[in-house]
Amino acid sequence: MPVEVRLPTVLRPHAAGSSAVEAQGATIGEVLGDLTAHFPGMAGQVLTSDGSLHRFVNVYVNDDDVRYLDKLDTKVSDHDVVSILPAVAGGAG
Amino acid sequence: MGARRSVLDLIGNTPMVEVSELSPAPGVRILAKLEGRNPGGSVKDRIALSMVEEAEKDGTLSPGQTLLEPSSGNTGIGLAMVARVKGYPVKIVMPANVSIERRQLLAVWGAEIIESPASEGSNGAVRMAQRMAGEHPEYAFLYQYGNPGNPRAHYEGTGPEIWRDCPEVTHFVAGLGTSGTLLGVGRYLKERNPDLQVWAVEPPSGEMVDGLRNLDDGYIPPIFSDWGGPELLDRKAVIGPRDSIWWTRRLAEVGIFCGISSGCAMAGAVRCALAIGEGVIVTVFPDDGWKYLSTDAWTGDLDAVVERAKHIMYF
Repeated sequence: MPVEVRLPTVLRPHAAGSSAVEAQGATIGEVLGDLTAHFPGMAGQVLTSDGSLHRFVNVYVNDDDVRYLDKLDTKVSDHDVVSILPAVAGGAG
Repeated sequence: MGARRSVLDLIGNTPMVEVSELSPAPGVRILAKLEGRNPGGSVKDRIALSMVEEAEKDGTLSPGQTLLEPSSGNTGIGLAMVARVKGYPVKIVMPANVSIERRQLLAVWGAEIIESPASEGSNGAVRMAQRMAGEHPEYAFLYQYGNPGNPRAHYEGTGPEIWRDCPEVTHFVAGLGTSGTLLGVGRYLKERNPDLQVWAVEPPSGEMVDGLRNLDDGYIPPIFSDWGGPELLDRKAVIGPRDSIWWTRRLAEVGIFCGISSGCAMAGAVRCALAIGEGVIVTVFPDDGWKYLSTDAWTGDLDAVVERAKHIMYF
């Protein structure tokens, strides 16, 4: 089923400048696999060569970080919004 | 409480207040620790004092030595206050797009501000400070993102205070930032009650990081890995500026005048309350509202305020 995937500025050049694209899958792993199959330029940026999430990439399902849900096995369904955001030095630090 | 010898003795022991009237679930209490009551106005007074005193002890900071620190605001302000009292000059590397009040407060305590590009956000300030520290070994670089004195201040201060005032806590919710509060308080509370859950909230990195050229320029605070952050946190959620500002306004309705990152923490506590249905949530409000008056956060048109918040660092 298709879900909306929102892209950070740094990944948009790999998707012809789009800020959001559609991808298929029932889990985050499947959605990211479909995404990188369509936009190969993102492959090394989002997932590492062994297929895990890149250290400096945070992926959210409806605002929840999937690292603290079921990681790449986190389920997604219709109307969910998946967001990819870079890790930043946060804070009023 | 008797008179204190120094303003630095007023850091910590902040009050906790019930905000359960804003809880969306009747079975969930929400309590907030008001860190704006610290003398420099924020939770960061705790880590400024802890990092400076640790550096004095281990000899990395000698009398009269200049302190250098990347900060989007509160740590710089806390450090400037502590350094003023103790006699150290301070240089703060800060993104150009922070609220005017933060600059004014730094000026009050005589800190020198060095601007980093707004488009690179906090990551840019960290990189610039690291470069300067490399070029100037004579500066003391306490580096809040990598300094164990940061989480330790919360492990030894904020955490025990929360446990003393609210031992029935089941969930701790706080903003991520450097991760010091979550790591220190979270570790302390989980040692007392292994069933306790720690939930993190953070603002979207969104337009703050348009200057990021590559995801390899991303950043995870070293203390987050060193203190077992990935294992300690149970949930992490992004809270957008609209929710943060809306909850900052709701808090004002119950008399609590706090900064926008407190609205973000409250929004996180509300999400947690909806998810758990029953429990006792403690959250941390990092500062008061004074530094954000120029943003019109309480009185301006919500859409306009939200739009501006996307371009100004408020967390």
